[in-house]
Amino acid sequence: MVNIVKLVVLGVVTLFAMIAANYARDLAYMVQALIVMLVAGGLFLWTLRGVGEEKPAINQGEYMDDVIRFGVVATALWGVVGFLVGVVIAFQLAFPVLNFEWSQGITNFGRLRPLHTSAVIFAFGGNALIATSFYVVQRTSAARLWGGNLAWFVFWGYQLFIVLAATGYVFGGTQGKEYAEPEWHVDLWLTIVWVAYLAVFLGTIIKRKEKHIYVANWFFLSFIVTVAMLHLVNNATIPVSIFGSKSVILWAGVQDAMVQWWYGHNAVGFFLTAGFLGMMYYFIPKQAERPVFSYKLSIIHFWALIFLYIWAGPHHLHYTALPDWASTLGMVFSIILWMPSWGGMINGLMTLSGAWDKLRTDPVIRMMVISLGFYGMSTFEGPMMSIRAVNSLSHYTDWTIGHVHSGALGWNGMITFGALYFLVPVLWKRERLYSLTMVSWHFWLATIGIILYAASMWVTGIMEGLMWREVDANGFLVNSFADTVAAKLPMYVVRGLGGVMYLTGAIIMCVNLYLTVRRAPAREARLSVAVPAE
Amino acid sequence: METYSLLREFADSWMLLFLFTFFVAVILWVFRPGSRSEYQETADIPFRHADKPAPAAATEKEAQP
Repeated sequence: MVNIVKLVVLGVVTLFAMIAANYARDLAYMVQALIVMLVAGGLFLWTLRGVGEEKPAINQGEYMDDVIRFGVVATALWGVVGFLVGVVIAFQLAFPVLNFEWSQGITNFGRLRPLHTSAVIFAFGGNALIATSFYVVQRTSAARLWGGNLAWFVFWGYQLFIVLAATGYVFGGTQGKEYAEPEWHVDLWLTIVWVAYLAVFLGTIIKRKEKHIYVANWFFLSFIVTVAMLHLVNNATIPVSIFGSKSVILWAGVQDAMVQWWYGHNAVGFFLTAGFLGMMYYFIPKQAERPVFSYKLSIIHFWALIFLYIWAGPHHLHYTALPDWASTLGMVFSIILWMPSWGGMINGLMTLSGAWDKLRTDPVIRMMVISLGFYGMSTFEGPMMSIRAVNSLSHYTDWTIGHVHSGALGWNGMITFGALYFLVPVLWKRERLYSLTMVSWHFWLATIGIILYAASMWVTGIMEGLMWREVDANGFLVNSFADTVAAKLPMYVVRGLGGVMYLTGAIIMCVNLYLTVRRAPAREARLSVAVPAE
Repeated sequence: METYSLLREFADSWMLLFLFTFFVAVILWVFRPGSRSEYQETADIPFRHADKPAPAAATEKEAQP
């Protein structure tokens, strides 16, 4: 019966996608309709071939780890793709000739830039969050994932969302909202996937065998719920045609801007911070083999973070049509955010107290600790940049880009790499990683890469901020815009080199993880030894 | 009264008070007497059940030695 419903739905979707591809009003929509047609058609055939086959019984006495293994692979691969596109656009900015004439309108900077940001944030970061949250919620609830194959739907549905979003960017189907570029039909699909994700996560928490909900799950849950809310409000659009990408947002003027940056900043606060803090609160204690420094602090950290972050968005709109009181509110809350951010960082770092020697011997824990270091650095820099006077210098300059990358590469990237290094031996039942030397290489390449990136962006950002505001004795501007562009070239090359180093580190990681699965000794031998329950 | 003014007035009076009280209450709750041992127990969750879920009938007490 279920199979018949599935076949009907998939058949109808395939048929509609064919019609949509035929009537498509723009290229992006047509390409996306064709992708949906192929996926739905392929699934139709796959379901049809599986009709009447016996399904193996699900063993509730085991964790559902297949989907997490896929998630780990997807995280690593999307990471390399995202970093590669980042390196390409970094050099496109330094050397505009790389915006090739033959591929104008597809691979020029304007089209590849959202591809890079979304690939890194949503494909790399999103897959990391889904995989680790599924891992953590099972282990800390002592229960198998709820919903059976729904977890697979979340994983593959999310990959489809990534592909649809990416094709939209390069073929020009975007709504021009930063970090919310996908158009209405892709947004609808993400909503369905996200509701399924929430159901799987919450269902597992509800059937947990532990009395308490471990703090990491609080962070993951707040991330899932808040992203759902942000996504719905910021994408409240009316499509112009059901056969076209273009849609019109419900909000007008400065309210639209405010909704966008309420979304944008909380994408940082809940996607890139709360979710990744969930990772931190599980993987750092596990890797350090000791419980978190202060569980009380972690609870205060959680409530303070979610109560404050949600108000910080207006600091993106200083000196605009937004009322002063609103941008002051955003600024004040951003500064108060210092406290929970650093409280959380200290909680993570102090988890190592009594085990600091591990920093010397274990490059994985070193990676996790430096991610906290960068977290502390960028959560210090961010509130400072939100102060109106500082913002008048930093806004619209490369300083912002440097700030974002010290957070994204340093905090999100490094904690994810640490989690991947922890997860692969566990998930594939290996004794250890293939090579710790390669982890060290990855660590230093990534760290030096970020430092080159951040330092060059500070220099160029402050330089262009000062050049833009420089006036002569008569009050005329001294520099033209092109002057600042010319002055930035050396820093842009340094930034590109930093990106190359970071990318190289990530490729070394992929090789190391692959060899861990293939070559590292299996763990079976040790499992035969009786291990006490605690 | 127009919707904006109404919501604005509510937001910076009662809602502000509610959120602030809730937050202060959370902090006081965390430091309640007897919370230490309970939180120690909770903080140890990642070190149980790393390989397998708890057996169907297991209660929390049985999970520990």
